[in-house]
Amino acid sequence: MSKLINWIDERLPIVEAFEKHMSKYYAPKNFNIWYMFGVLSMVVLVNQLLTGIWLTMSYNPTAEGAFASIEYIMRDVEYGWLLRYLHSTGASAFFIVVYLHMFRGLMYGSYKKPRELIWIFGMTIYLALMAEAFMGYLLPWGQMSYWGAQVIVNLFGAIPYIGEGLSLWIRGDYLISGITLNRFFALHVVALPIVILALVVLHILALHTVGSNNPDGIEIKKNKDENGIPKDGIPFHPFYTVHDLVGIVVFLFVFCGVVFFFPEMGGYFIEKPNFEPANSLKTPDHIAPVWYFTPFYAMLRAVPDAFLGVVIMGAAIAILFVLPWLDRSPVKSIRYKGWISKLALGLLVVSFAILGYLGVVVATPEKTMWARILTVVYFAYFILMPWYTTIEKTKPVPERVT
Amino acid sequence: MMIKEIILVTFLSVFSFSVFAAGGTNIPLDHVKTNIADNESLQNGLSTFVNYCFTCHSMQYARYERAAVDLGIPNKIFEDNILIGDAKIGQLMTISMATDQAKMWFGNPPPDLTLSARLRGPDWLYSYLRGFYIDPKRPYGVNNVVFKDVGMPHVLADLQGVCAEPPQLGVTPVVDPLSGNIVKQSGCNEFVHEGSMSPKEYDTAIYDLVNFLTYVGEPSRLQSEKIGRNVLIFLAFLFIFVYFLNKEYWREIH
Repeated sequence: MSKLINWIDERLPIVEAFEKHMSKYYAPKNFNIWYMFGVLSMVVLVNQLLTGIWLTMSYNPTAEGAFASIEYIMRDVEYGWLLRYLHSTGASAFFIVVYLHMFRGLMYGSYKKPRELIWIFGMTIYLALMAEAFMGYLLPWGQMSYWGAQVIVNLFGAIPYIGEGLSLWIRGDYLISGITLNRFFALHVVALPIVILALVVLHILALHTVGSNNPDGIEIKKNKDENGIPKDGIPFHPFYTVHDLVGIVVFLFVFCGVVFFFPEMGGYFIEKPNFEPANSLKTPDHIAPVWYFTPFYAMLRAVPDAFLGVVIMGAAIAILFVLPWLDRSPVKSIRYKGWISKLALGLLVVSFAILGYLGVVVATPEKTMWARILTVVYFAYFILMPWYTTIEKTKPVPERVT
Repeated sequence: MMIKEIILVTFLSVFSFSVFAAGGTNIPLDHVKTNIADNESLQNGLSTFVNYCFTCHSMQYARYERAAVDLGIPNKIFEDNILIGDAKIGQLMTISMATDQAKMWFGNPPPDLTLSARLRGPDWLYSYLRGFYIDPKRPYGVNNVVFKDVGMPHVLADLQGVCAEPPQLGVTPVVDPLSGNIVKQSGCNEFVHEGSMSPKEYDTAIYDLVNFLTYVGEPSRLQSEKIGRNVLIFLAFLFIFVYFLNKEYWREIH
């Protein structure tokens, strides 16, 4: 075995790579449960790739055959139902773990200098993931696939001058059709997975260059022993590999619980109208995007003007990219920030969650009013950040991790 | 079953907003608890489906043989009693009615029913099939409380009879305190002409049919829950192992 490793290592630096990223990558020893969601995103990514490959083997990407091929997978393909539910549940699970992973970053200031690039790569992954999920959702060719795509692609039409042409260019047709399905399939199974994988590599390379943040927001590299090893650091392998294994098993328990017992998740993971084939002549009573898009959808609906709504929705995502430069606080972690930062983060989470709910239900004047208020609250977290992080009184940060 | 309930409670608390994404109707529905492990009920449902629904409604994503195997019907018996014409047991359950003609007769072609239970839900189907009543203004002389002005005739009128007034659905039974008789209950209380079944028998027949439709909507459900239980038990054991593995490694840290 070691002979084989030597043989390869003389030709490809596998030992060095393993040491750099695993056995001699020193991670802070004070990671808590919030540090599980990065590795869980990887687990879900692998699940999506593997089940996706097998689903592709039986899926038929045509308007005539797509819906029937999904039912073929569900009924006639051996364990096809399992592959499909792993994939559909995985899509929602991906967003759950990514949202929690992002929240961790917000909480402990993981986006702050010197980790700006990690954050930007991460945000780009999130963006690519939204595109991936959106295009994947068209593929079953159910009513909600079809009308959801119709609504979202039409949003581009609200852009002045180029809008109409742009949405036509995306669809490749005057309305969502088999042509759209074919191109979304190509993007979903080839283009975007490659983009996501490349971004994940960049995300991790950037992370391993500067090192991981931690719940205290202390740079462990500032305190090294005589061998140049951070005093508060421990090798990622084996300590965090065994640590993450526990998290992975717990995650899989919950995940498999959904996959095997509640794959529809009451209409949130698989929407009920999607059990009817796409019909361009019959608009469903109520079109709601899948839950992970609903906070942004609620913001879109909250704005009376269509174009302005699209701008607000785009801005809600775009503003996250510049977060590293909005936070002027001398400390990273929420533990040492002042009460305004804590309140602001709390309000952000509450507004995002309630907007998510409002994006699911039918809009009423009262609910629209709430959506407007909460959209303002959401943006206030970011826009006021340069101000409140400067004026608030922070607590002293300890020298070593706690 | 226990595991299922634990997971349900866990998730309901996580997803605490309880409005269904699919959007609901405001018509009160009768609630029905399906049991797709009840083969006798499923077989009755299959029989009702084939005799009354299958002329107009296809089940184009389901195969005869899958139903035969899952419902415990030997292929020979299935072929002799269920299959019509030159249909083969390995085929999909399609019908020969042409869509354009169906459209002419009913306004809309009768929908495929493979996924009706997943689209509408068992409660809706159970209420709809018990929701017909006489309405001379409609082309087929009947209307439906669950699906107003539906194009479908009351094909089960032979069994149920025809209700004289819109049936009250989703109501709790009212018992006469003196006689102990039920004076008002969910479903039809007065008939224009009676069918071959009593209201109770009809409700059972519809329950069986809805049960069958629920099974067909997701034939893998029982297999899924069986495998799921084993997977969860395995993961629970694996958890014990990885928990102590982690503890052992981390003993020296801090």
